[in-house]
Amino acid sequence: MPKRHITISVDRLRRRPSGTPARKLPADDRSCPKCTSHYRAEELQRNLGVCGGCGHHFVVGARQRISQLAEGGEWRELWSELRASDPLQFVDLEPYPDRVERAERKRHEPWWRYHPRPAVLVPPWTSRSSRHQWVARTPRRRPCGNLPLVVTASGPRMQGSSPSCNAKPGAFELFATELPNRVLAHPTTGGVWASFASLGDITYAEPGALVSFAGPRVIEQTTREKLPPDFGQAETQLANGQVDDVVDRRELAGRIGKVLGILDRPRVIEPAPAVTWAHDRAERAASVARGLPDRARRVVARVTGGDDGRGDS
Amino acid sequence: MSVSARRGGRFVRRLAHRLQGGPEGGGAIWDTIQLARHQDRPYTLDYIPRLFGDFEELRGDRYFRDDPSIVAGIARGQDGPYAVVGQQKGRDTAERTRRNFGMPSPEGYRKAMRVFDLAEKLDLPVVTLIDTPGAFPGADAENRGQGGAIARSMQSMLRLRVPVVAVVIGEGSSGGALALGVADRVLMLENATYAVISPEGAASILWRDAGRARDAALAFQPTAANCYRWGITDVVVPEPPGGAHTDHDEAARLLGTYLARIFRDLRGLPPGERRRQRRERYRRIGAYREVAVVSTTQITSGAGAAVVHNGSE
Repeated sequence: MPKRHITISVDRLRRRPSGTPARKLPADDRSCPKCTSHYRAEELQRNLGVCGGCGHHFVVGARQRISQLAEGGEWRELWSELRASDPLQFVDLEPYPDRVERAERKRHEPWWRYHPRPAVLVPPWTSRSSRHQWVARTPRRRPCGNLPLVVTASGPRMQGSSPSCNAKPGAFELFATELPNRVLAHPTTGGVWASFASLGDITYAEPGALVSFAGPRVIEQTTREKLPPDFGQAETQLANGQVDDVVDRRELAGRIGKVLGILDRPRVIEPAPAVTWAHDRAERAASVARGLPDRARRVVARVTGGDDGRGDS
Repeated sequence: MSVSARRGGRFVRRLAHRLQGGPEGGGAIWDTIQLARHQDRPYTLDYIPRLFGDFEELRGDRYFRDDPSIVAGIARGQDGPYAVVGQQKGRDTAERTRRNFGMPSPEGYRKAMRVFDLAEKLDLPVVTLIDTPGAFPGADAENRGQGGAIARSMQSMLRLRVPVVAVVIGEGSSGGALALGVADRVLMLENATYAVISPEGAASILWRDAGRARDAALAFQPTAANCYRWGITDVVVPEPPGGAHTDHDEAARLLGTYLARIFRDLRGLPPGERRRQRRERYRRIGAYREVAVVSTTQITSGAGAAVVHNGSE
């Protein structure tokens, strides 16, 4: 086959005139804000949402976070009946129920079986009443009575406002129990950092995550103080003694597995006797209560702490 | 049961000549101090991987800063999880500066207390490895409450319900060492030293001249043999011939066998009894005498005679 020549117009290869921006694909949520690399969706998922070029950690959703940490393990959702409510009819840029509905479409799966060792995983929820209720239930009910708890955390939420804030102490009960909890903090501000995200026995943060109570914009607008660029970054908070380590997302599941391995003990009695006793008592009371009129049932529910005998656990 | 057996150990026969020979000469004491400070002597981070299969370091006091001069974490021993805390000196100049020559700040002790709390919550036996020239004497450390941090660290160790074993692996000087040294059993390596202050510090206070450290060392006699004689240490752990710095693996192996036996004994005691014995242990230490309190009328009549006895034995 004879060689065919092609013609190239040289003036097309000339450098673009200075001042005009380089032609780029429009940046979307899959292009890296640091090095502008762009990834296909499945590529990003395979990389656990970490930029291969510069190590930037993309924000991952609850569903994705769980599948990352479970590493293909088995999980079961707990208390899927809990939903956010809107007591204040809150509207900011859009009505709160719309936001909730959008979030509902991306459902969350909070039950996680970690390798051979079962653990309860709390996905990166924002702070709101239904979440606090979820967290408060965790140590007291089957099946997660004495399982280690792995909490992932991210930003706060304001639409629930004061009802949500006051539900918070309910969640605190969790940390008074004898559970080994550990928290992995991901961009974490406000009420999350000031509640369960700070109370873990062991706390890890992802590189570049913002970890602070008041975010930099709030501080700068309130106090007019100019903050250093590394303010509240995970690396700064490590030096400040607030987190145990900064762990790359690609090593995170392994690190948590290592910690669970160190703390693992052969379970002689499962679940722990105290939990069994409490459950048995509650269940006996609940079975008695089922035969009682409504008013007596409410009394029993108050005594046994929540389970009103309708068998919702 | 003999006193030494009740203390959980005995002075191994190879070391017995140190006890038999009466007080050691000044040269021998000074040599021991040099050995305890030998730059190739195994440090905390040299012992941990040799004693434990898996170790996860925990960082930060959750208040202000992470202090690298104290290393703390959870570790997997052969018979289950442990909590490990120890001072760490640096091997080269850069690391020495970073670790502040093994002189902890209040943050370091607060980190240690955080790990003690974790050990209490998760029922982990505690091992502390002591190797410090003293708590950091600096304005910053004082401003952040050095004294209170040391005191609270001792208090929280005294209150622990889990078994605690302290090992003096190098030099143990001042409250900086004792802050990690309140334990059910205190072990000392053959060439370790344990005293109220470093010889240089003592010389600068008492002789107004740090150059007279040798005289101070002779006065304090902070050797393992003396500490055993005084009841400050329960077990003296032999080192490889020539000192621990000649063979890190062998030094760790010897320490490991002693630790395993001691923890086996300690686990046999119920937690309350263990804590009671720990308090008793520290009440026994110390020499004092009691004198009869006499009124002036008795003295004039010549009836007052001081009753002297040694309260330590």
